[in-house]
Amino acid sequence: MTTRTSAVHPGARQRSMAPIVSRYVEKALIYCALLAGAAVLMIPLWWMLSTSVKHPKEVFAFPPTLLPEQFMWNNYTDLFIKAPFHIYIFNTTYLVIMDLIGTLFTASMVGYAFARLRWRGRDIFFVITLATMMLPATVLLIPRFIIFNEIGWTNSFKPLWVPAFFGYAFFIFLMRQFYATIPHELDSAARIDGASEFGVWWRILAPLTKPALAACGIFTFNATWNDVLGPLIYLTSESKSTLALGLMQFRGPHRTDWHYLMAASVVAMLPVLIIFFFAQKYFIQGVTITGIKG
Amino acid sequence: MTAADTTAGQMAGKLHKPRMSRLARREELVGFLMAAPWLLGLLWLYLGPFGAALSLSLTDYDILTAPKWVGLENFDTMLTDDPLFWKSLSVTTIYSVVSVPLLIVFGLWLAILLNADIKGLAWFRTVYYLPAVLSGVAVAFLWIWVFSADWGVLNFLLSLMKIEGPNWLTSEDWALSALIIMSLWGVGGGLVIYLAGLQGIPTELYEAAEIDGAGRFRSFYNITLPMVSPVILFQLILGIIGALQVFTQGYVMTQGGPNNATLFYNLYLYRNAFRFLHMGYASALAWALFLYILLLTLVVLRSSSVWVFYSGEIKGRAR
Repeated sequence: MTTRTSAVHPGARQRSMAPIVSRYVEKALIYCALLAGAAVLMIPLWWMLSTSVKHPKEVFAFPPTLLPEQFMWNNYTDLFIKAPFHIYIFNTTYLVIMDLIGTLFTASMVGYAFARLRWRGRDIFFVITLATMMLPATVLLIPRFIIFNEIGWTNSFKPLWVPAFFGYAFFIFLMRQFYATIPHELDSAARIDGASEFGVWWRILAPLTKPALAACGIFTFNATWNDVLGPLIYLTSESKSTLALGLMQFRGPHRTDWHYLMAASVVAMLPVLIIFFFAQKYFIQGVTITGIKG
Repeated sequence: MTAADTTAGQMAGKLHKPRMSRLARREELVGFLMAAPWLLGLLWLYLGPFGAALSLSLTDYDILTAPKWVGLENFDTMLTDDPLFWKSLSVTTIYSVVSVPLLIVFGLWLAILLNADIKGLAWFRTVYYLPAVLSGVAVAFLWIWVFSADWGVLNFLLSLMKIEGPNWLTSEDWALSALIIMSLWGVGGGLVIYLAGLQGIPTELYEAAEIDGAGRFRSFYNITLPMVSPVILFQLILGIIGALQVFTQGYVMTQGGPNNATLFYNLYLYRNAFRFLHMGYASALAWALFLYILLLTLVVLRSSSVWVFYSGEIKGRAR
């Protein structure tokens, strides 16, 4: 609204009271819009948290209660009795750790090779690497399943972590971009001191890329922790279930215990939430280095 | 630089060969070795499977017996004799065509609001970004409960405004809309990227425009929008690629129903491959999706010459 006035009178830049007042009004409107938006986005999370500690009878109250009348913390402890949640968590954690080791090591090393070393075919391979980022995962799904099935890896964790050690294009790209920002004087100095190429990478440059590694690590953690399709295809036995699969079994075909289901969902989201709050900086860094949401 | 390389070369020994080429060869070897895991991965996890999918799509294969060559029959069936293929393609297309632009518009709008010298910027950014990092089954469950017709919080809020909410997930008319609404929860992902883009726009541009008497709307249209248009293009392409491959929502929340109203393409593909073991047909579906994504990406890229602006170009005609 305020913009109109200045648009109608081009060149009118006098300092009267009206623009100042309207600037305050505008600021107030912006804050209102932002707060309303934030509230809307938080409602689903609030709804999940409050349901997770409600008594089963209160879950189906209408109008719904904002806060539980009685906090049923044992909804959370019951989870571990009703289903082998500790196994799900253990399995998922195992996969996350293996994926983290593989992804970080390979992305760092390959990113270094792309950014700092000259070798034949480097540029063409880099273009191919970028192209694979555009390749829909769906196309690779079936042939990979057949390969892993042939070598007897179905119903094992291997199809879900071995690929990480061969690298992911997105993370290699992210690391390469980051290495490219580090001044060359450092490697030169290290080489004068007699470090090998491998040593320059491992001891000198890799430690400098911690922010980028943190971003890669967080994205890997999230992707693995939340993966649905991979475990669904490869893991068939209950003892190998991940959290995603375990959660799905929690929902009965007919009747659903929403207080348990929401408590289970909170447990499944908690690690991601915790990491987000402590490492938000790296999330945003990763997003802005690459322009990709991860 | 050269001095350092020479020293590294002397460490390596073999002094009888020409210095530069030996150094270069050494660097070549190390570079190749360090990139080797990925080059191998590229071969057996990406390019190999990519090609294999194409040859599988020309066969009838159920994993248990050897693949049988059927030529283009799978593609023929898909295009002429499979209403579910067309259904899933249209469901997925509607989902992406509505969800992706909405995410861009809302994300950009919020980013502009946040960029207006706001107190508590970090706090707002955290709150907006938070839902975007959550995904998977837990989020799907959370939204089933939000959308619950009788006890859900959404219909409760609507009832406060005297609106009777629909049976979101169990009504054929509303299920897809519900999943689109749910996708908007992730608006913060783009928001963070646009905010970074906006903060990169030189303030001189706005100052100059103000001196020339341009209003806020003109500044937005002639400065902000062109300056972030490359970011929008990137988000549009990645958004389409992502949205065309949604799976979890359809699988967990609606099982593709009611009456296939949310039968996403990947869900249909998953059923063909892993429930009916029609691996050949599913591979044909996968390749069709690949071509469809390629086509859409090319169309968007083509159109981008009209609406995307690269600031490097202005230098030539700057006054």
